[in-house]
Amino acid sequence: MDFDYAPAPESRSVVDIRSSYGLFVNGEFVDGGGKAFKTINPATEEVLAEVAEADAADVDRAVKAARRAYSRVWSRMSGAERGKYLFRIARIIQERAREIAVLESIDNGKPIKESRDVDIPTAAAHFFYYAGWADKLEHAGYGPDPQPLGVAGQVIPWNFPFLMLAWKIAPALATGNTVVLKPAETTPLTALLFAEICQQADLPPGVVNIVTGAGATGQALVAHEDVDKVAFTGSTDVGRAIAKAVAGSTKKVTLELGGKAANIVFDDAPIDQAVEGIVNGIFFNQGHVCCAGSRLLVQESVAEDVLERLKRRMGTLRVGDPLDKNTDVGAINSAEQLAKIRELSEVGEAEGAGRWSPPCELPDHGFWFPPTVFTGVTQAHRIAREEIFGPVLSVLTFRTPKEAVEKANNTPYGLSAGIWSDKGSRTLWMAGQLRAGVVWSNTFNKFDPASPFGGFKESGYGREGGRHGLEGYLR
Amino acid sequence: MSRIDVRKTYKLYIGGAFPRSESGRSYVVNDAKGKFLANASHASRKDARDAVKAARAAFGGWSRRTAYNRGQVVYRIAEVLEDRRDQFEAELRTAEGVTATRARTYVDASIDRLVWYAGWADKLAQVTGGANPVAGPYFNHTAPEPSGVVAVVAPDGPLLGLVSVIAPVIVTGNTTVVIASEPHPLTSITLAEVMATSDVPGGVVNILTGPQAEIAPWLASHMDVNGLDLTGVGDAELARNLEIAAADNLKRVRRPGVEELLAPPALDRMTRFQEAKTVWHPMGT
Repeated sequence: MDFDYAPAPESRSVVDIRSSYGLFVNGEFVDGGGKAFKTINPATEEVLAEVAEADAADVDRAVKAARRAYSRVWSRMSGAERGKYLFRIARIIQERAREIAVLESIDNGKPIKESRDVDIPTAAAHFFYYAGWADKLEHAGYGPDPQPLGVAGQVIPWNFPFLMLAWKIAPALATGNTVVLKPAETTPLTALLFAEICQQADLPPGVVNIVTGAGATGQALVAHEDVDKVAFTGSTDVGRAIAKAVAGSTKKVTLELGGKAANIVFDDAPIDQAVEGIVNGIFFNQGHVCCAGSRLLVQESVAEDVLERLKRRMGTLRVGDPLDKNTDVGAINSAEQLAKIRELSEVGEAEGAGRWSPPCELPDHGFWFPPTVFTGVTQAHRIAREEIFGPVLSVLTFRTPKEAVEKANNTPYGLSAGIWSDKGSRTLWMAGQLRAGVVWSNTFNKFDPASPFGGFKESGYGREGGRHGLEGYLR
Repeated sequence: MSRIDVRKTYKLYIGGAFPRSESGRSYVVNDAKGKFLANASHASRKDARDAVKAARAAFGGWSRRTAYNRGQVVYRIAEVLEDRRDQFEAELRTAEGVTATRARTYVDASIDRLVWYAGWADKLAQVTGGANPVAGPYFNHTAPEPSGVVAVVAPDGPLLGLVSVIAPVIVTGNTTVVIASEPHPLTSITLAEVMATSDVPGGVVNILTGPQAEIAPWLASHMDVNGLDLTGVGDAELARNLEIAAADNLKRVRRPGVEELLAPPALDRMTRFQEAKTVWHPMGT
């Protein structure tokens, strides 16, 4: 059957991108001391805006503003009043949802159906959820009179720019901390739009500060001596460096790092549903997902059937314009990331795994990588061990549940896992055996503000979301 | 000649509509100075039964909504109440004769209380439920569920009292039939207008006005009511008789007691009308 789709592009007219952006410090946009950098649309390589780079002095000013806001305003305010600001922010995000979604897809390259239906509504829900905690902290199970830490330095990645901002800022503010946040250098625009939302909400100046820049800006923030809490989402290597940088200090740290999740399919699984879950697990957000199901472990007896159906399904994925409402797989976020995905895929081939992609036409400009599956992968292959962070799936097989557990746990990571089976007792047994912070059963990549998220082992420590998400911001 | 006011007719609030009492009765409500204010509906046994029917019909849909959605709806009540705060302040001053400052305090507290309860919608299960480490290969998990239809006798605080008893009951997924304060029933109908325009589905909150001693026994003995909140019952003998009637189908009863409405509430207004459900499931290959 041939499916023809007419183009269905979402209008860009809802966003208004300025030619240049400053830092957001103490409630105002200010110039940065570093060298301004460009943020581009990864689907077209079009330059979107120039963004200020915060140097160490800028970071210091932002931390001072956050400290002042903390001691003079935010830590003295009742939880109920703090909560009202967060409810306002949640409402403004809901009101401006389409604008934020379109801007996110332009700056990040992710399909509009994902930014519109997942990233932005979940971010609003996250603020709504933590708003409600602000005046209930004594009920959260962390002591009768929990207190904020002070100034939180937060560094977030480019894969879910606005959602990660929400995951960081909402619990920090609800618990009475103030924030200096650094968005990723390739995706700063929705964070800067969030700064405007803070202004619309009349949030007191200095409670949220946003400093843009690359690694050096992040390092200056994390190392700043007046920062009481460091929250980081990103690669395990940087997470390790942060853990070392804060050693010996009093800083509280939470890290949400890489992953190499096993998505485990048993022979009694509803196969079509499992195939949808495999596709969602690895091709959602171009595979730029720390908890992506990048290792498919499929029981030998159904491996052939699963692979055949998976390939057929991959053939119907629509790769292209992120703003097209029919697009399933958008652009790779940066040239750098594309190079990394290409390199590891070539290694996969060189090491002897079978590479396959459906025939698909990729646009001439921008950064693109087709949905790709590797078969005949062994545990020794680099594509089975290293996080690719792209639309690349490695397929391994197993015979018994025990073998599945062994293979799934054979990784330094431990962020997430998926189990596909109709047998509840085995699913729950597997969930108990897997060394991972989130286990999805007959579903994958589900996120909710009420549900804690975070990893075992080298996938980091601390949890974001839910009641557990408060702990990292309280003493 | 000065303009003649168009007065509001105060009716009941049942199933999202504003019917008069089927009995055709009403009673006089005076202001704080004893001057005639309005005729309020005098609800009958039939009205009470209609209200329970509406509450039961609404229970399935309301209790199955996500906690997040119920939180949003209760928060929306707060938004609309804030928007109409001047009207409520004026009503409190007329009905109770309180000062402008006092009226403002009560309206502030009522809005904030709705916000407080709204936030509980998707958190209470995380505080009262959880995993149970049983000594065997079983997954064992407890989560709260709403009891069902809860009848509430509201206290006299015309706005804060009413909000303080309604919000905790509905935010967890129950539906309710409320007997408003007998001397100050009018604000409850104005609050019903807020509910009717706040995305609260019809039947989730139903409000009856009239003598509590006459209406409450019909609700206490109604076999399709699951809970009974006696907060507003001042007469100890009446409270005892209502509790006895409630025992016929083992309604969950919250007894009346002295409480300072302005103080931060405890969790028991929510937990009293919840059931804990525990799920066992074996774990094994």
